[in-house]
Amino acid sequence: MSTEDVNRPKADGTIINVSGLIKKFGEFTAVDNISFSVKRGEIFAFLGPNGAGKSTTIKMLTTLLHPTSGEITLDGHNPVIDSSAVRRSFGIVFQDPSLDDELTAWENMEFHGVLYGVEKLLRRKRIEELMKFVELWDRRDSLVKEFSGGMKRRLEIARGLLHHPKVMFLDEPTLGLDPQTRNHMWNYLKELNKSEGVTVFFTTHYMEEADRVAQRIAIIDHGKIVASGSSTELKERTGKSSLEEAFLELTGKTIREEEAGSIDHLRSMRRMWRGGGKK
Amino acid sequence: MKTIYILWLRQIKRYLRSRSRIVGSLGQPLLFLLALGYGLGSTFKAAGEGNYFTFLAPGVIGMSIIFTAIFSGIELIWDRQFGFLKETMVAPVSRLNIMVGRTLGGATVATMQGLIVFFITLFFGFRPENWALLPVLIIFMLLVALLFTALGTAIASVLEDMQGFQLIMNFLVMPLFFLSGALFPIENLPSVLTVLVGIDPLSYGIDSFRSILSGTASFGLGLDLSVLVIVTLFCLGLGSYLFSRIEV
Repeated sequence: MSTEDVNRPKADGTIINVSGLIKKFGEFTAVDNISFSVKRGEIFAFLGPNGAGKSTTIKMLTTLLHPTSGEITLDGHNPVIDSSAVRRSFGIVFQDPSLDDELTAWENMEFHGVLYGVEKLLRRKRIEELMKFVELWDRRDSLVKEFSGGMKRRLEIARGLLHHPKVMFLDEPTLGLDPQTRNHMWNYLKELNKSEGVTVFFTTHYMEEADRVAQRIAIIDHGKIVASGSSTELKERTGKSSLEEAFLELTGKTIREEEAGSIDHLRSMRRMWRGGGKK
Repeated sequence: MKTIYILWLRQIKRYLRSRSRIVGSLGQPLLFLLALGYGLGSTFKAAGEGNYFTFLAPGVIGMSIIFTAIFSGIELIWDRQFGFLKETMVAPVSRLNIMVGRTLGGATVATMQGLIVFFITLFFGFRPENWALLPVLIIFMLLVALLFTALGTAIASVLEDMQGFQLIMNFLVMPLFFLSGALFPIENLPSVLTVLVGIDPLSYGIDSFRSILSGTASFGLGLDLSVLVIVTLFCLGLGSYLFSRIEV
């Protein structure tokens, strides 16, 4: 298995198929002709430096962005043509929190369940199960704005699973979490992957995390996939002893500068607006 | 339907929970009622126009509705930047339903705010001519609220961030308010001003409030209703279209 498995035909065993995917923003090519596939029930990691095109790819897979060109199928459906079917089949934890701060934890879950058309009795039952599992049931009536970063993440994971998705996307899910929370979260996801066969697709900056959790890894840089395979294969190919070294070997050692986008400006504005962020 | 309901409910819950916002947004109408209502009262009377407070009250109710409505619409920018919009955008529901639910929620909130100001004016001695017309007043308030929430949503759909906030405030919200006849009678104005007042949709909203509450109308309820319905439908259409094109 390597980059060459890219163009293999759609087999029953794959849940995500991407071929020749390109996304341009004006002159800038964020995703440059990438192809890969993810097997059903696999834990798949997308690694890459800042601005490599990871989030853009996830946005295209999850119907939030239209590709400039190329083909995507997710569980047999095309996100551009059949967005509703695709939306029903995945759950997602975004890089930035996407909870409503002014609602309680339970209300956020309920809101999601209604949007996804989960029938009432089943919804109530699953909400309780999931919130107990992420250990937030006791805090169900607290407003989300009172939660710590780790608690928010756990709630988002529970929420993403409420409609029983076939694929769970996690964009930098452990960014800013302490090792305990990270460990807890991955144990949960691995458990779920094993028991329910949920496919997990995640991006991360932490090499040891990808090394430990992912069955297969694709390394993306400047919008292109530069290598893919299991951690062992990547280490063998580069002749390095750790995934981190292999990663640096493949993507180079130049530091990537990211410009502060409008969202960063807005964040500081909101902090001022709310008088220090917390009330 | 469920989508529309849950999005509506979300707006209402957020509103009822932010008590500081409710109280805070009453400051401005109160100031207008006190400073202008009492400050200009004797001049107004001397000019033979009657009781200024009675004249002003419907205008200030309209002011609180337009401010709350436009900002409920513009709140979309926060949702967009702080992620919650993504949660709704990846859900298997139509964008139109999301937009309609949000807008109805925002309009309900703005109407509630208008009603609060109405009750405040009662406290200052304002009395409607006919209490039986209160349901009609609420319908017109909802219509005005819907119009401006949809307008706010349309604007927020094309703005990336809050940089344009001052621009909207100074070149849209303020002119809409000041040129609506909320503060002055719109008869015998210089012709330029007459034209501006005539193309400001809020003028028809304020006129309807005034004719329901005090029985004095410049345009008449029939014209008010027609203009408000047409402009509201246009704004809803525009808002839905622009909202459907958002890429997060």
